Amino acid sequence: MTDGATYEAKPDSYYGRPILKAPVWTWEIPVYFFFGGMAGAAAPFAAVAEMRGDRALAGRAWLVALTGVGVSPLLLISDLGRPERFHHMLRVLKPTSPMNIGSWILSASGTIIALATARSVLGWFPRLGRVAPAVAVLGPALSTYTGVLVADTAVPAWHEARHELPWVFAAGSAMSAGAAVALTGGGAPARRLALAGAAGELAATTLMERRLGPLGEPYHQGTAGHFARASKALIVAGAAVMARAGRRRSGATAGAALLLAGALATRWSVYKAGFQSAADPKYVVEPQKAGR
Amino acid sequence: MGSNMAENHPVGFQWVVEAQKRGAKLFHVDPRFTRTSALADRYVPVRAGTDVAFLGGIVHYILETDSAFLDYVIPYTNASTIVSDDFRDTEDLDGLFSGWDPETRTYDPDSWQYEDMQVAAASGQRELGAPTGQAAHGAHGGALEHGEPPHYDETLQHPRCVYQLLRKHFARYTPEFVEDTCGVPREALLEVCEALCENSGRERTSALCYAVGWTQHTVGVQIIRTASIIQLLLGNIGRPGGGILALRGHASIQGSTDIPTLYDILPGYLPMPSALAHSSLEEYVEQNSPQTGYWANMGAYTVSLLKAWWGDAATKENDFCFGHVPRLTGDHSYYTTLRGMVEGRVKGFFVMGENPSVGAANGRFNRKAMRNLDWLVVRDFVEIESAAFWYDAPEIETGEVRPQDIATEVFFMPGATHVEKKGSFTNTQRLLQWREQAVEPRGDCRSELWFMYHLGRLVREKLAGSTEPRDRAVLDLTWDYPTEGEHAEPDADAVLREIGGVDLTTGKEVPDYLPLKDDGSTACGCWIYAGCYADGVNQVARRKPGHEQSWVAPEWGWAWPMNRRILYNRASADAEGRPWSERKRYLWWDAEQGKWTGEDVPDFKPDMAPDYRPPEDAHGPEALRGDEPFTMQSDGKAWLYAPAGLVDGPMPTHYEPHESPFPNALYPSQHANPARQQIRLEENRYNPSHGEPGAEIFPYVATTYRLTEHHTAGGMSRWVPHLAELQPEMFCEVSPELARERGLEHGEWMTVITMRSAIEGRVMVTERIPVLEVGGRRVHQVGLPYHWGSRGLVTGDSANDVVGLALDPNVHIGEYKALTCDVRPGRRPRGPALLALVEDYRRRAAEAGVSEPSPTEVHP
Amino acid sequence: MSERVGFFTDTSVCIGCKACEVACKEWNGLPTDDVGYTGHSYDNTGALGAATWRHVAFVEQNRDSSTRWLMSSDVCKHCTSAPCLEVCPTGALFRTEFDTVVVQADVCNGCGYCVPACPFGVIDKSEEDGRAFKCTLCYDRLKDGMTPACAQACPTESIQFGPLGELRERASERLEVLQVAGERSARLYGEDPDDGMGGLGSIFLLLDEPEVYGLPPDPKSTTRDLDSMWRAAARAGAALLGAVVVASLGGRR
Ligand SMILES: Nc1nc2c(c(=O)[nH]1)N[C@H]1C(S)=C(S)[C@@H](COP(=O)(O)OP(=O)(O)OC[C@H]3O[C@@H](n4cnc5c(=O)[nH]c(N)nc54)[C@H](O)[C@@H]3O)O[C@H]1N2
Ligand SMILES: Nc1nc2c(c(=O)[nH]1)N[C@H]1C(S)=C(S)[C@@H](COP(=O)(O)OP(=O)(O)OC[C@H]3O[C@@H](n4cnc5c(=O)[nH]c(N)nc54)[C@H](O)[C@@H]3O)O[C@H]1N2
Ligand code: SF4
Ligand code: SF4
Ligand code: SF4
Ligand code: SF4
Ligand code: SF4
Ligand SMILES: [Mo]
Repeated sequence: MTDGATYEAKPDSYYGRPILKAPVWTWEIPVYFFFGGMAGAAAPFAAVAEMRGDRALAGRAWLVALTGVGVSPLLLISDLGRPERFHHMLRVLKPTSPMNIGSWILSASGTIIALATARSVLGWFPRLGRVAPAVAVLGPALSTYTGVLVADTAVPAWHEARHELPWVFAAGSAMSAGAAVALTGGGAPARRLALAGAAGELAATTLMERRLGPLGEPYHQGTAGHFARASKALIVAGAAVMARAGRRRSGATAGAALLLAGALATRWSVYKAGFQSAADPKYVVEPQKAGR
Repeated sequence: MGSNMAENHPVGFQWVVEAQKRGAKLFHVDPRFTRTSALADRYVPVRAGTDVAFLGGIVHYILETDSAFLDYVIPYTNASTIVSDDFRDTEDLDGLFSGWDPETRTYDPDSWQYEDMQVAAASGQRELGAPTGQAAHGAHGGALEHGEPPHYDETLQHPRCVYQLLRKHFARYTPEFVEDTCGVPREALLEVCEALCENSGRERTSALCYAVGWTQHTVGVQIIRTASIIQLLLGNIGRPGGGILALRGHASIQGSTDIPTLYDILPGYLPMPSALAHSSLEEYVEQNSPQTGYWANMGAYTVSLLKAWWGDAATKENDFCFGHVPRLTGDHSYYTTLRGMVEGRVKGFFVMGENPSVGAANGRFNRKAMRNLDWLVVRDFVEIESAAFWYDAPEIETGEVRPQDIATEVFFMPGATHVEKKGSFTNTQRLLQWREQAVEPRGDCRSELWFMYHLGRLVREKLAGSTEPRDRAVLDLTWDYPTEGEHAEPDADAVLREIGGVDLTTGKEVPDYLPLKDDGSTACGCWIYAGCYADGVNQVARRKPGHEQSWVAPEWGWAWPMNRRILYNRASADAEGRPWSERKRYLWWDAEQGKWTGEDVPDFKPDMAPDYRPPEDAHGPEALRGDEPFTMQSDGKAWLYAPAGLVDGPMPTHYEPHESPFPNALYPSQHANPARQQIRLEENRYNPSHGEPGAEIFPYVATTYRLTEHHTAGGMSRWVPHLAELQPEMFCEVSPELARERGLEHGEWMTVITMRSAIEGRVMVTERIPVLEVGGRRVHQVGLPYHWGSRGLVTGDSANDVVGLALDPNVHIGEYKALTCDVRPGRRPRGPALLALVEDYRRRAAEAGVSEPSPTEVHP
Repeated sequence: MSERVGFFTDTSVCIGCKACEVACKEWNGLPTDDVGYTGHSYDNTGALGAATWRHVAFVEQNRDSSTRWLMSSDVCKHCTSAPCLEVCPTGALFRTEFDTVVVQADVCNGCGYCVPACPFGVIDKSEEDGRAFKCTLCYDRLKDGMTPACAQACPTESIQFGPLGELRERASERLEVLQVAGERSARLYGEDPDDGMGGLGSIFLLLDEPEVYGLPPDPKSTTRDLDSMWRAAARAGAALLGAVVVASLGGRR
């Protein structure tokens, strides 16, 4: 028996049952958002460092990027109902499907990052310099397409945030990339990237929640709420530490860790908010009736 | 009314929806708001068990507002017939008709007869089967013994003419009375009355649909009688769009009354001979056939049947083997037979296409009876409760009995489904349709036909050479059906041909029942089916699409008798033989050609002119006038008043159900139907009813019914995953008010208790169960679907474990639709604690003064 | 490409017999859901899903002491612009020659993107087999010129199958009849080609607000906003690049 006392359907819904199906995605997806986004920001960062001749920083950044794009496919595949069919993503090129485009972006940037890393760290294929700049486009795409991916669904908390989510994810990517590189001793540029990202993410999420209005509710309630609050706290703390004590190794490490955790928490809260808003029919009914 | 057509005849209901789309108005009168009510133009709530009162209210309205269709009523019904002055009405005798014998609790119907006319009941009490529209056939009517016609008063003024008797009898069925008894708001009743009257007459007709919501009462037959009175007064019988439509049960339940699985009739509603009265064929025919009407040819029907069964062995000399036909020695109906088992007189039992452990009222009684058998044969698809009763039953759970103590030897034989065998179905409108075999039965599954044929073959082999006279009945049978296929399946076509009848002199199939003779020159397995194999063609298998033939579609299947689609269709024309109206033209007299023509096969002598008047010495159909359409009746008229054929009165009377929390508002001294059949056994305790001490212990009305998602006792649905999941658990429907009163929580559990037992179900609180205002207080009704049992994919308690047995005296159908009960929140106790709970209620009843039943006391 | 076909489900004549639900499961060999007793009137299968492609809703209403029992058989809408199909990364979801939307099971990789994309909560991923399933509008039967199993089984013609144009006309005719008869609450759902979904392939005649039956009141095809989303992503991406460059300039310690 689902709801004890009621014997009649409520006038504004069918026994309070969800109208939408909850997403079937599992934990791998938000984690992928984190790693993919990090890679997407780390790669151009590395490329720029390379251009500026800072081979040490470039190497560190390339490695961060490589780690990101390295784990991403594993996460995606493990989320599939039919993992052996991952390659079906690349059967077609389908602009109307952010996931399809995304998988092309991921594979392309993945290959380039891999090659670029090999070149910069192991000194292989020296002539690769010509393609490396491609990550200047592919990287940011990798960091932001995920915003479109979730927004291009019927889930109110995602779809209605379609203009902000790419910003949230872009900022988060910068923050996590910066932090990760800083963690590996990336120095001032990395710290600056991390702090810029942190500022950006705080701004973007706040803006998103304000614009969502009542539909923003899920971001304040339940699990999503917890993670949203946690992420803000972590980011503020992380940014403070990074700014104050970033010069010291320990400070950089602590700050970076906090920021990374913050970035992950944000993605988790976005992920959860989607489920929460799909579960309650009022998020579908009210805006649609108002819109009529 | 008394039917939940949308849920229980969904495929048939498409035509109701079709009619609504063409402007028909649909009323649904039911204690519950059902899926039928949801589609109805008007839903009218009614207290279970008060239909005679409700319908009587309609009769009252028709008579008091002079709304009867007199041009129809006067010539076609017995409204003008004058009744013997020995007759006394319930209004004179405070709830009893004349002829009541308090000793035997039975009526002597002699005083009910027409003036100066001896109407002998055709064959006393007769089984009409579960819900059936064939009452007029079952009760053959009587014989005009000395020729002169009964007295009439066509002005309907004579105080003893049927019309005036009706007025007197129904005078007190006022809207106020109906409201107070049925809980029906009087506006609602009047709305129904007005709609019915407006929609009847020359230009329009109305139909009444019913099913077991009407039959499963101690007054079941009288409810349907009341409906007949309404339809006759309004001229809605024998006309297109009219009638009283019995929506029957199992796919061929109609067929199983035409060619009966019932104990007291032979094929074609011929009465079963009685051991005492009918030593010879002559006696039997003499006493059972009237001189007038089509039943006058009963001799021909009987002899043809005997020839079909015993072939060459049946000769004029040996009375056509009439001696071989089993005889009745009394009431051998189902529940009487169960008592025989409990008392050890009945030792063996075949259960074929039935699951009585769940489906039959008072499950405990049924299972106790089966525990007492030597052997039991169950033929079914799955091991139903009735086959597993010896190790899986409530009594085993409570520890009352242990499997090792049960001696009954159970033989389970897998049955073939309807797609695994060919044969015919006879549906509710007497239409026979042929079904081809789709697939071979799996494994050991076999058809009924196979089982019966080979069982007979083996028995005959065992008896071969016997000189015992008693074995002749079996050995003389024509048991020679051709078989086909690897399983030696008898050819169903051959059986149908035997039923359809042959002329033995030519070897040709008969075209209909008219050529049947009583000299042994014709053989016919069921006279009303005569002609279903005419010209050697399986007429039943015809499937000509409707759009390729007339709207009556005579070439789809075959309807008995004589492929007639509307019975008594002579009544669709006026006395002079002209259609009542252009809109309703169906059958009319063509003077030029000197015959009846129209859309259908005339249910009348095809060349008998409307102005025909029988000569003195006339016999059979010729003894009826050309303006008397009801040719099965000895007086050719439809009976508003039944001078014979019923055991509980010539006119319907409101009585409370056997178990009821209310007094009889009309006749306080006659609570329930005086002639009802009661089974006062330890195994069949009754709840104290109103007026008896302890009645307040069981304050609520309960009724039982079906759901679309399941089929009856569940053998065909609880084992089918896609059906089982649709209604996975037993539930009880109660109003929000009762839920509050007794602390029942929607979706939780509740327990229902009677003197028989206690069951549990999930609580379904719903406004669809109306709370009614009766006798100045609010009455709560508890709705119990009866589909669940202890086996299958979805299991639950059986409603029938709490239902008791009080029966209609005419047809022995139990009152499953109206009983009393108590309810409490929560699940029922398990194990012995269940018995303790029921015992506690019995103790309270005993303390209140309910007398313990003596084990043998049975009425009548 | 042959004429577009679809459904007109006239809930005003639905008797809630569930024959459609069962016929669909039988024809398509779908497993049971075994939801159990819900107490939601006579609905014990709950919702459309991977194993329930037709679902009959039961709504009991009591307004000013008169009882109404609404029944409605829901199904995939075979949308004109179908988000499920558009977002499907593998092309497993495709548009047939009958202009219906069908999943090619052998291509589906179970990414589950179609599930949250559907504004009606129709399609779902099967636990057992990992792929997405929904009504095929009996693609196999249509190819053999047969009527869909559910429509075939419906006794009262509550489910009508046919060319969509024809169905739209029938629907508005039926609506008129009911409104003349005083059914003020009757309305059509999904018949308007200019609505947020470009009209539906399965249109309904409802007797109350859509949400009462568990339908979204005014759904919009989310993929219509795709361009603006990509633009937002592009801007955000550019900003990210900018941030990277800026951060890289200046001191290294
Ligand atoms: N899906 C499905 N179809 C079936 C069956 C099935 O089990 N499932 N069974 C078949 C069989 S065997 C039969 S006999 C028919 C029976 O068909 P129905 O007679 O329609 O079956 P029931 O549901 O038993 O009873 C009909 C209605 O009678 C109402 N009722 C109860 N008491 C009274 C009363 O005192 N007066 C009036 N007026 N109404 C009352 C009940 O509330 C119920 O709605 O259905 C056949 N069709
Ligand atoms: N309380 C209450 N009790 C009732 C009623 C009620 O309304 N209320 N209704 C009464 C009525 S009207 C009826 S008809 C009875 C029904 O009660 P039953 O007839 O006892 O119950 P069914 O489940 O119909 O039993 C039919 C069985 O036949 C099996 N079967 C089906 N086809 C075949 C076949 O071809 N061959 C063989 N050998 N078996 C087959 C099925 O699997 C099923 O188990 O219940 C009666 N009991
Ligand atoms: S099951 Fe058979 S009898 Fe019952 S509605 Fe369906 S077709 Fe008619
Ligand atoms: S209803 Fe949902 S599943 Fe069906 S076509 Fe539209 S979007 Fe796809
Ligand atoms: S689950 Fe299958 S059908 Fe759905 S989007 Fe992914 S691949 Fe397409
Ligand atoms: S069209 Fe076919 S697949 Fe779709 S619901 Fe109807 S029966 Fe099921
Ligand atoms: S089959 Fe038709 S009437 Fe029955 S539930 Fe489905 S739509 Fe309604
Ligand atoms: Mo029945």
